[in-house]
Amino acid sequence: MTEIASLTRRSALLAIAGAIVARNAWATPDATRDWLASQAKGTSKEGKITLKAPEIAENGNAVPVTVSVESAMTEQSYVKALYVAADGNPNPGVITFEFTPASGKAEVQFRTRLAQTQKLVAVAEMNDGSLYMASREVKVTIGGCGG
Amino acid sequence: MSDDIKPRLRVPATAKKGEVVEVKTLITHPMENGQRKGPDGKIVPRLIVNSLKVTYNDKPVLNVKLEPAIAANPFLSFFVRVEESGTLKFTWTDDENQSWTAESKIEVA
Repeated sequence: MTEIASLTRRSALLAIAGAIVARNAWATPDATRDWLASQAKGTSKEGKITLKAPEIAENGNAVPVTVSVESAMTEQSYVKALYVAADGNPNPGVITFEFTPASGKAEVQFRTRLAQTQKLVAVAEMNDGSLYMASREVKVTIGGCGG
Repeated sequence: MSDDIKPRLRVPATAKKGEVVEVKTLITHPMENGQRKGPDGKIVPRLIVNSLKVTYNDKPVLNVKLEPAIAANPFLSFFVRVEESGTLKFTWTDDENQSWTAESKIEVA
């Protein structure tokens, strides 16, 4: 819950900053929240998710990310989906995983492109509909969007 | 161009019953993100692998939806619970609806 509140305040500040600097029509924390909300409805709590990414990525073209979600992964209790977004890329969406109990363990690794220093946000949707969220900032030295 | 798109897998050949095994996959694909400009100054149109579906003995295990923010030659690692011997099947699909499949057998000892 505190995360949501601070996100809102941060995005308000960013919106003001954006009006002055006139950023490109890129994703903002607001757009990121909207994208995540369009994937999974509800309020997310903190916890259950571990989001691993380098603190400083020299090359934004391929940043290794590991996300794991605590879950027994049984028919009764499993992670239904995992959504990952990045709030400073041209589009907020990064990747979506739809798990089944046959996945055995909700842990994934992938490599993402990051255009600039920004925050990665992961939201996990459990089979009972509850949502969990985690985020992590990655500093990017050379952006990975071509130009 | 589609000739050089090749899926690669790393899947254990054997597992114990009920074991959760790690699977690593990679498909060589440029993942044009639709943001980059080509030598002629025009934007290169988006062309990415947007989906990977994984099944074990034809039962769904995992669906992945990829966005342009995924790096070229998308690498994915994840887990599968193995209860019986069978075939793990992977299907990648790109924006032009081309698809590539790969299979790997797991023997339960």
